[in-house]
Amino acid sequence: MKNTFIPVLAGAVVAMTAVSAANAATLDDVKKKGFVQCGVSTGLAGFSNPDDKGEWTGLDVDYCRAVASAIFDDPKAVKFSPLSAKERFTALQSGEVDILSRNTTWTMSRDTQMGLAFVGVTYYDGQGFMIPKSLGVSSAKEIDGASVCVQTGTTTELNLSDYFKANGMTFNPVVLEKLEEVNAAYDAGRCDVYTTDASGLYAIRLTMSKPDDHMVLPEIISKEPLGPAVRQGDDQWFALNKWVYFALLNAEEMGITQANVEEMKTSENPNIKRLLGVDGDFGASVGLSADWAVKVIKGVGNYGEIFARNVGTETPLGIERGQNALWTEGGLQYAPPVR
Amino acid sequence: MTTQSISYVSTAEIPSSPPPGNAKGFPAWARQNLFATPLNSLTTILIGLFLAWALPPILNFLIFDAVWFGDSREACIVEGAGACWAFVNAKFGQFIYGRYPLDERWRVDLVFILFVIGLVPIAIPKVPYKGWNALYLLLVFPILAFILLCGGFFGLEAVETSLWGGLLVTLVVAVTGIAASLPLGVLLALGRQSKMPVIKMASVIFIEFWRGVPLITVLFMSSVMLPLFLPPGTNFDKLLRALVGVALFSSAYMAEVIRGGLQAIPKGQYEGAAAMGLGYWPSMYLIILPQALKIVIPGIVNSFIALFKDTSLVLIIGIFDLLGIVQLNFTDPNWASPVTPATGYIFTAAVFWVFCFGMSRYSLFVERRLDTGHKR
Repeated sequence: MKNTFIPVLAGAVVAMTAVSAANAATLDDVKKKGFVQCGVSTGLAGFSNPDDKGEWTGLDVDYCRAVASAIFDDPKAVKFSPLSAKERFTALQSGEVDILSRNTTWTMSRDTQMGLAFVGVTYYDGQGFMIPKSLGVSSAKEIDGASVCVQTGTTTELNLSDYFKANGMTFNPVVLEKLEEVNAAYDAGRCDVYTTDASGLYAIRLTMSKPDDHMVLPEIISKEPLGPAVRQGDDQWFALNKWVYFALLNAEEMGITQANVEEMKTSENPNIKRLLGVDGDFGASVGLSADWAVKVIKGVGNYGEIFARNVGTETPLGIERGQNALWTEGGLQYAPPVR
Repeated sequence: MTTQSISYVSTAEIPSSPPPGNAKGFPAWARQNLFATPLNSLTTILIGLFLAWALPPILNFLIFDAVWFGDSREACIVEGAGACWAFVNAKFGQFIYGRYPLDERWRVDLVFILFVIGLVPIAIPKVPYKGWNALYLLLVFPILAFILLCGGFFGLEAVETSLWGGLLVTLVVAVTGIAASLPLGVLLALGRQSKMPVIKMASVIFIEFWRGVPLITVLFMSSVMLPLFLPPGTNFDKLLRALVGVALFSSAYMAEVIRGGLQAIPKGQYEGAAAMGLGYWPSMYLIILPQALKIVIPGIVNSFIALFKDTSLVLIIGIFDLLGIVQLNFTDPNWASPVTPATGYIFTAAVFWVFCFGMSRYSLFVERRLDTGHKR
């Protein structure tokens, strides 16, 4: 993630081959083969992980299922390729996968040199803090002088010292090499605070001997916008993916759920009518049918439902919506209208 | 007994008296084996203390405090819980078959059974028809296994290799690697000793190249770089790429092990074979290789065991072998608990140990059986 050599090398190779792979009409290929090939992680709790039956579940996984629903009206028309962090970009470039939905941070270099086109931000992640509840602290502003467990050699360490400096606080770093060591040190009480990306904190919390004794503070001190990406150069496929994501957000905003989507078709609200294809044919412009959004919502539900199902407070992970709430509820999730 | 013999010679053997109390049973055994010398006694006591200190917590964790049944992490996050076997229980199917479709798993079972049917008789020296057996194992079985596992023939549903995983992948990679590396290794070893410069050169370059690169690099190149060089759209199977990589890699190692055996054969054997009027291949097949291979059995099995364990490296190219799928399932939030990783690793270690230990013991058996008194 923080190594710069491999991305540069991969970028160079990508640049050589990008021309050949880029011009293909991905949607036609996908329709021809009958499924979406989706690159996911090799296991990240709540985002892409196998369930008891071995089926992939998670937020990243459900995005791919949403795209499959839009095209085939079948959330199961997806094949998943688990990709390591190093493989992921070349897999997308070489055409091995059609979508890369693998908790990938949207950065400028990836968006430009690496030949990726980011579809949107399905999860606003960022560095956060976890503390034992017994500390009686409710804000990161109150942890002046705390000892902080952090993994070495990552930007996490840098962000941490920046944050404390910027807020005129001091801290006592407990720097460890391996993730497991950091977990163990925190669990054993060698430090008061654990810091890493917030989604990671929730997953780590589950492995503590008493998960309920720990809480993640609301402050997020860095930007790690995670989202799906497609290949550059295929605008139709890019637009399709973007609008599937927007449809998920718009559906939540308008209160359309997996359960009530059929009733909603009879709604008088012109926004809902346009989204669900009752009025106008917006699907055609991205190569889909008029009721594409109905298929998406029927297949996987709206964004809020996906979030709640995979990482929300009802799941063992118990992640609050926070920045990932809709803009109407104080979050950052905002979608342009269907018009 | 009508006539009382006057002979003082005993007619029956006097039953032998039992040995004195301190020369039999556990005390004697203990004195001989555990407390023979002061140093010996000290070691015994120290090891005994260590076991007394270490064993109870281990047993508590593995058995007495372990959670055997449960549907989710709730069962395993209780205070003082030991190993979370419920996790292994819930995920057992995945650990064995990966994501192979539930309805098609009988095919994998059948392949396992067919493999055992071929392997057991060939491993027991007394069973006849070794030739047919080998033919089955080397020719019929691979074809059957391919048809059954991949599907797409005879109305069997096609199952792509990205769905394979767990012990299935570990065994497929290991068995293919083992089966391919031995013949390839023999050929390469002979090639390296050849007097024909081109063959010799080719063998040396092949061996040194594959021995010079780490297996991780080979796998990584095969999965990341190769697709970029191929024309877009040609996407040949990831598992196949890994299999080819592993087979070539291990054959280079095997070649060097076998070359060691070839060099240990005295020159007289080669000359003797030539004096018998045997050509190159008959002399190799009848005289040199049987001796050379026998000498290097430990080395060959060593390579097999290393290869078996190296199969875990396919994880880095997104193929989930046993270890990979166990680790992958640590990320399932429904099973995340402090003891889940430990349990998963213990399970994996146990499975690997059974296979590796089995190979190791069998090789000892073969070595003893083929021992014709030429111990050096």
